Amino acid sequence: MSVWARIAGWAALIFGLLYFFVPLGGLFEFSLRARRGVYSFDAYARVLADPQFQATFTYSVVMALVTIAIGILIVVPTAFWVRLKMPWARPYVEFLTLLPLVIPAIVIVFGYIRLYNTSSWLPLTGSTLGTNILLAFGYTILALPYMYRAVDTGLRTIDVATLTEAAQSLGAGWATILGRIILPNVIAAVLSGAFLTFAIVIGEFTLAALLDRPAFGPYLQRIGANKAYEPFALSVIAFAITWGCLALIQLVSRFQKTAPAKA
Amino acid sequence: MNRALHTLRQRLPLTWLGLMPFVIFVLMFLVLPTMHIVIGAFQTRDGTFTLQNIIDLNTGTIPSSYWISVKISVASAALGSLIGFAMAAAVVFEAVPRWIKSPLLTFSGVASNFAGVPLAFAFLATFGPVGLVTLFLRNNFGIVLQRDFGFNILSFWGLTVTYLFFQIPLMILIIAPALEGLRREWREAASILGATGLQYWRMVALPILFPSLLGTFALLFANAFGAVATAIALTGSSLNIVPIQLFAQIRGDVLGNPNLGYAMAFGMIVITAVANVLYIWLRMRAERWLK
Amino acid sequence: MTFLSLSHIQKSFGQVQVVSDFNMEIEKGEFVSFLGPSGCGKTTVLRMIAGFETPSGGTITVAGKDQSGLKPNQRNIGMVFQAYALFPNMNVFDNVAFGLKVAGRSKPEIEARVKEMLGLIKLEHLAERFPYQLSGGQQQRVALARALAPKPQVLLLDEPLSALDAKIRVSLREEIRMIQQQLGITTVFVTHDQEEALSISDRIVVMNAGAADQIGAPAEIYNRPATRFVASFVGTLNLIEAKVIDPVANRISIGDQGVTLREPLGPVKAGDTVSLALRPEAGSIAEGAKGDTALAGEVVSSNFLGSVVRTRMRVGASVISFDMFNSPGLRPPAVGETVTLRFTASDLLIIRD
Repeated sequence: MSVWARIAGWAALIFGLLYFFVPLGGLFEFSLRARRGVYSFDAYARVLADPQFQATFTYSVVMALVTIAIGILIVVPTAFWVRLKMPWARPYVEFLTLLPLVIPAIVIVFGYIRLYNTSSWLPLTGSTLGTNILLAFGYTILALPYMYRAVDTGLRTIDVATLTEAAQSLGAGWATILGRIILPNVIAAVLSGAFLTFAIVIGEFTLAALLDRPAFGPYLQRIGANKAYEPFALSVIAFAITWGCLALIQLVSRFQKTAPAKA
Repeated sequence: MNRALHTLRQRLPLTWLGLMPFVIFVLMFLVLPTMHIVIGAFQTRDGTFTLQNIIDLNTGTIPSSYWISVKISVASAALGSLIGFAMAAAVVFEAVPRWIKSPLLTFSGVASNFAGVPLAFAFLATFGPVGLVTLFLRNNFGIVLQRDFGFNILSFWGLTVTYLFFQIPLMILIIAPALEGLRREWREAASILGATGLQYWRMVALPILFPSLLGTFALLFANAFGAVATAIALTGSSLNIVPIQLFAQIRGDVLGNPNLGYAMAFGMIVITAVANVLYIWLRMRAERWLK
Repeated sequence: MTFLSLSHIQKSFGQVQVVSDFNMEIEKGEFVSFLGPSGCGKTTVLRMIAGFETPSGGTITVAGKDQSGLKPNQRNIGMVFQAYALFPNMNVFDNVAFGLKVAGRSKPEIEARVKEMLGLIKLEHLAERFPYQLSGGQQQRVALARALAPKPQVLLLDEPLSALDAKIRVSLREEIRMIQQQLGITTVFVTHDQEEALSISDRIVVMNAGAADQIGAPAEIYNRPATRFVASFVGTLNLIEAKVIDPVANRISIGDQGVTLREPLGPVKAGDTVSLALRPEAGSIAEGAKGDTALAGEVVSSNFLGSVVRTRMRVGASVISFDMFNSPGLRPPAVGETVTLRFTASDLLIIRD
């Protein structure tokens, strides 16, 4: 390889790395500027003491956990069933799971607001509980592409048909097969889908804002318009959580057995 | 008894029932809401069919908002493709040490999911009026971004530069496998047939990569076009792009016509869908070659 | 007259020496095969001729011209790769035309030459097809046409047949040989398949651990293997341990049966052990079979291989295989039966290491 190619390669790489890390550094530096003249964690202290932060953050964490639960309940049995009984349906199911990448979230939530408003056949937005449920379902849809792909990849590494037949021959029912055979075998895949879901939900803005729920994303945007340093401290926290989740995915996928793929 | 049950099952295959929870869920919370918007785009307030909403998209600030959105998406997709391609090429062709590849790809997988409110603050803190880089350039080199380059983080280029933070990693993530699909023998065959490195790239490598490059560009375009949170958090309502305008419309019907709002959302779906279909189609073409 | 000369070629990757002192003179128009197991360095030598690898030592000359310092695209050499390596974005015509295009030939000239090449490989009707629409055999023929189109001085074939089905492999290798003879192009063919090498080469280089063990015509390599490695790698061979009885009279014993060799034993003394080689097809157990030498043994096994039946018999400490041509009336000997194998003493080769 020529010297010029090497120089160009290094230049591209260094430029890209600066592009990734300078904004993160800038964010962190800014978040420490709350006290004039010296770096301090004042902004963090104020943010963490803010009851609104605690409330919205808790809300988002709970929403994330609920979303993960719904996602697992819907995705794992479906992916399992498709692999076991309806392999011909796989492209169609996959297509459906990829739709949320095509349809912008803002359009989906727009549809919710119109379809499930107080005067509709299913007035979900009419009550707080209903809206919360709708938001969790919406998050499940947003996370569907990632969750489905993770689980489906996990299922590919185990021999679903043989495991199922073995369990059936020992007298297991469907619930037992799913809960005690399939799930434990794809737990690493499910976990990485779950962490990604968590990362998406924690900072999500559009759905929560338009459904008017007190989540972390809208809170962050709101105080961004009113406070000087706090939003930056909050962003650092949000980044740290996202990074933490994605680091966990890496960790989990390392534990995943790399069995030969079976179609 | 058992046999009767068996034949009944054969006559009425029940396996599809297992898909029902998923299908109903997706119908209710993805397909029907979207269909509602799409149909609404072609209806008047009282429900009769009309094309007026689509025609009305050409009024007021709507065309300009689409235009700015398209420009930002094109600019961030083009720059993201270019830089991402250069970085992916650097690691795939080993212009830089081999061990960098795996962490870079992992990192890209993370950063490509990084759209959102915190990203907006990161760029505000870096390139904003009192941001880290802004101050650094002013204090050390006397360069004022706003004055000398007309750069403002709350503007067209500000948003483009911010979007690049997730566009570049997405490009790396998708184009790296395509670059790895370029077989060493193609380069060697071209070279032994007398081609220079430049001729190899012009006549073989780039044409082979072209569907992947164009497809990834389309995906990046759609990715930028649908990004809402970053734009709102960064520019508030100062930049007139489609997602921001739609956001305002959903909040308070600023257009004064709900069905015009549907039409706007429909326009968004059309644009991202076209881009995605283009991506999938080109990707299939590319895979046919790389078989 | 030597056309392609490789003298004292060496190649190391880091600490590993892949090729050590390789020497070879190839005549113009000659078809030479590099035969050897994977990792023997044969492909590395080929890649050094092409210019993809730089020799750590030694010189390569083509038509008297030193190749060192020349990039692959300056060498005017044609090469066919194992995995076809057709450009997937071009149809058959454009693939074949590639070398001519980058050389800046005129359009009519390119068209005429490509047509001629496609005629040579009998694929004129597929000129518009893309590689993914062709079978493996067709792709490899196109690759051959592409390599030949710019009229290279030397043609290099890097295991071009090993990705193909058995039947196409045989027909294509005959086609390659025919085209090579028709054009009279100097050709180096790398393969690990001894049958391939034996069937199409003018000369074969048997390579082992980075050096040439033996260079010779196919019949010579097969009938007179120079080393134990060549003997065992090329064809099937019985290796028989024998004890020297009388070095002057060339008398040895296999088991306890005495045999007189034709070939002089050389500097050995009575009681020494020597290795002898015997091809399975050299002897016969039929009634009235010819041969001045006989060995009796007990049949250990008998395997039906289609055209031949391969029987193994024990003679002393050695097990000797021999082949009988299959025929409907053939009665293979039963296991445990004692048979007598007759052959000519000159078929017994002495293996010197």
